[in-house]
Amino acid sequence: MAAIRQKILILYLATSALDDVVKGWTVYDGTGKEAHTTGDSDQPPYKTGLDALKDGWRLIQFPQLIPPYPGLELTTSFQKYEFVFEKLEEV
Amino acid sequence: MVDKKYLLNSIQMAQFVAKGYLRFDELVPKAINDRIMQDIDAGAVKPAAAGTPLSQCYLPPSAVGEMIRMPEVAGIIESLVGPDPLFDHQAVHVREPNEDSAQAMHGDSTIDTRLAFDIQLMYFPHDVTRDMGGTLIVPGSQYRRINEMDIARYQNFLGQIQTVCKAGTLLIVHHGIWHCGRQNKSNQKRYMFKVRLNPAVRQLRLWNTDDLTGEESKPQILFDGSHKIPELQAILNSREPWFENGDGRLEVINRIKQWRFLTGDDHFDAYYWLTRLENEPEAVRGGIHF
Repeated sequence: MAAIRQKILILYLATSALDDVVKGWTVYDGTGKEAHTTGDSDQPPYKTGLDALKDGWRLIQFPQLIPPYPGLELTTSFQKYEFVFEKLEEV
Repeated sequence: MVDKKYLLNSIQMAQFVAKGYLRFDELVPKAINDRIMQDIDAGAVKPAAAGTPLSQCYLPPSAVGEMIRMPEVAGIIESLVGPDPLFDHQAVHVREPNEDSAQAMHGDSTIDTRLAFDIQLMYFPHDVTRDMGGTLIVPGSQYRRINEMDIARYQNFLGQIQTVCKAGTLLIVHHGIWHCGRQNKSNQKRYMFKVRLNPAVRQLRLWNTDDLTGEESKPQILFDGSHKIPELQAILNSREPWFENGDGRLEVINRIKQWRFLTGDDHFDAYYWLTRLENEPEAVRGGIHF
């Protein structure tokens, strides 16, 4: 029986809408077939989050919409719209 | 004191405020680059104690000192952090050939909430090809409040800049900019020499401000494509490709606050972003007080 390994795709989108455009991206490949690292591509793997769904990625985390902490309404920090996807692949 | 002709102008300063970096290609001549490479290989580039005035660092015959005292380089430094800034630390970053991975994305030092800022000179003493993994920077990231490697999971952003350059190129970056050393896939070692400098004076109109006429800070007609916006405001209002829609607007506000700090003009605005938020009238209709 083939073993299953997880691939993780993280997309950072322009807004909280899954069908909005990709601004940043990260890939971790548990199959060991691909080795991704910082700065390894200038073009995103998909134009939108929805395009990743259409290509078979399963969404496993939606970013929550959390009001700004009082006093920090104008502060910028981490990417807010982080969507986490997975694919399960046989190895 | 640096001759005014070597200082930055206001457009360059606005670009630094907006993007968090300035790039000067092939600024340092080959003779100095070659000597710095020799000094690096010989372990002869010695740092001073943190907080030492820069004028007391890299004394002759230091080749690094010769680079830093070039009027073009001294003018950039003085424009951003003023005369005789303080030496913070140096680092000779070496990316070994045929590496498996890149350095993770990070901001240097710790989370830092100041409007005053340090600069880092990132100097490339030899040609850097794409395969050699020059420093990656994320333009416009300098005001994001993160702590060092908090952002290590971010691998790529739209609009990230992979430094590919000729020998003698300088990147001057705001201390908060997100960056990393990229993977070196070549067969050669890749060097980058970095110096961090702290201002010793309040960073107030330190550059050549002759081009500030007052026109650049006048309120503009908004959302009217036929109306030409002053270049300085347009630079501060620009968005980086990786900005989220909402936070991209907050980044413009961050830049306006930084520009006010640098010019001492507490009413400066670009596209009315901050003035709108500051409008809390206290005058009562008809002058009647209750």
